[in-house]
Amino acid sequence: MSLFKYSSPTAFYPLAGKLVPWFAALAAIFAVIGLYLGLFVAPEDFQQGEVYRIIFIHVPAAWMAMVIYLAMAMYGVMALTFNTRLSAMMMEALAPTGAIFTALALWTGALWGKPTWGTYWAWDARMTSTLILLFLYIGYLALINAIEDKKRADKAGALLVIVGSVNVPIIYFSVKWWNTLHQGASVSVTASPKMAAIMLWAMLIMAIACWTYAITISLVRVRAIILERERGRSHSTRVANTLSATNIVAGS
Amino acid sequence: MTATLNSLTQIDSPVFQPERGFIVAMARDARLAARSKGEAIQALAFFVVVVSLFPLAIGPESALLKRIAPGVVWVAALLSVLLTLPRMFANDHADGTLEQLALSVYPLPTIVAGKIVAHWLMTGLPLAVLSPLLGLQFGLASGELAVLCVSLILGTPVLSMIGAIGAALTLGVRGGSILLALLVLPLYIPVLIFGAGAVEQAMVSIDFSANLSLLGAIVLLAGLAVPFAVAAALKISLD
Repeated sequence: MSLFKYSSPTAFYPLAGKLVPWFAALAAIFAVIGLYLGLFVAPEDFQQGEVYRIIFIHVPAAWMAMVIYLAMAMYGVMALTFNTRLSAMMMEALAPTGAIFTALALWTGALWGKPTWGTYWAWDARMTSTLILLFLYIGYLALINAIEDKKRADKAGALLVIVGSVNVPIIYFSVKWWNTLHQGASVSVTASPKMAAIMLWAMLIMAIACWTYAITISLVRVRAIILERERGRSHSTRVANTLSATNIVAGS
Repeated sequence: MTATLNSLTQIDSPVFQPERGFIVAMARDARLAARSKGEAIQALAFFVVVVSLFPLAIGPESALLKRIAPGVVWVAALLSVLLTLPRMFANDHADGTLEQLALSVYPLPTIVAGKIVAHWLMTGLPLAVLSPLLGLQFGLASGELAVLCVSLILGTPVLSMIGAIGAALTLGVRGGSILLALLVLPLYIPVLIFGAGAVEQAMVSIDFSANLSLLGAIVLLAGLAVPFAVAAALKISLD
């Protein structure tokens, strides 16, 4: 029962503050281990050479791109059904991270594609649907930034992401079938060779690093959003006063 | 206009029939559109102009033009519908009618469904009817023209429906029309793929019925869910 008290931004603010260093530490530790295993321990791929090592960031980024959109849709359902402000704030906090991971997945994919396929971009089903996912993130961010009334922006954004998440599987399958219809330019990503266990471990650890990074950064961002939105209410005034007091102390 | 608006805010029949909201709203929007024919004709002219730009940009090589025809006609239809979307609710919003509609005795989703059908009758249907003429310019054969027309008839209702969600969400927002395009175009992609895909398959004599069936399935699914989503979006925007 007591967990529900954290659906209030005022109660969540200090909790998020306490969680941030832990998740940040976990993200740093897992990133170091994952990168070490991926870049130094894992053997060279016998087909692709060193280039394959980009998957240690590419695959986790692509996973996060999808997971974060789903998480946003889940928060969107909560925002509309329970009318909780914090859910909408979490959506707003997650969206930039999701968009960055999507862009990162596309960028690293292009960098990997050039030496392997001989082209930066192919209209492969996965690449195309990831690109569309990036458009969905951009659309959400554009919508919530264009609406001045925050309450309306929250709800409109939530509805848009829910509609978008219903569309994501339809988009994915349509793009997939479209791609198989036009066999010519397609490149098979699915027929990748079996991975060595150490490569898989490195990738999974990097995935955990990306998860914990995403949690850290969205908690930091949601704290900023709470402070900005609740400006003028007693709680945030108190926090703001403490902040400026520490700044004065640090400055002097 | 007052007369039709009254029929939406008052119950005129002794038995309450919620589905009448659909008919009344559709009739009202259709009558409004019929009284300003210019708007529908402009959208249609835009469609023709955009399609005609492609041969000028690409060159008059007929084999190439024929190959890109389904995609060109479909993209032009998409853009043409997109341009008409802001009008779906903007005028009613500006003069306060929309708030009256939201307060009406009829359920908002039925009214919204009526408005969407009226929008389709004024934009999507004329586009589909005109499309064989444009296909002919690109050298499509008669069977392919029929598939093009049918794919547009099945696909454009979805464009009106998804567009209605976007139009409702961006109601009264500054820079609304570009924002609307940004929100709606990615969601249009499946319809574009299945619609243009059906015509392309007809052009290489493959069975195209799967794509048309998928379009039909999307129409039915969207028809079930979209009126409620648009009603929710309108309530958010009117809040």
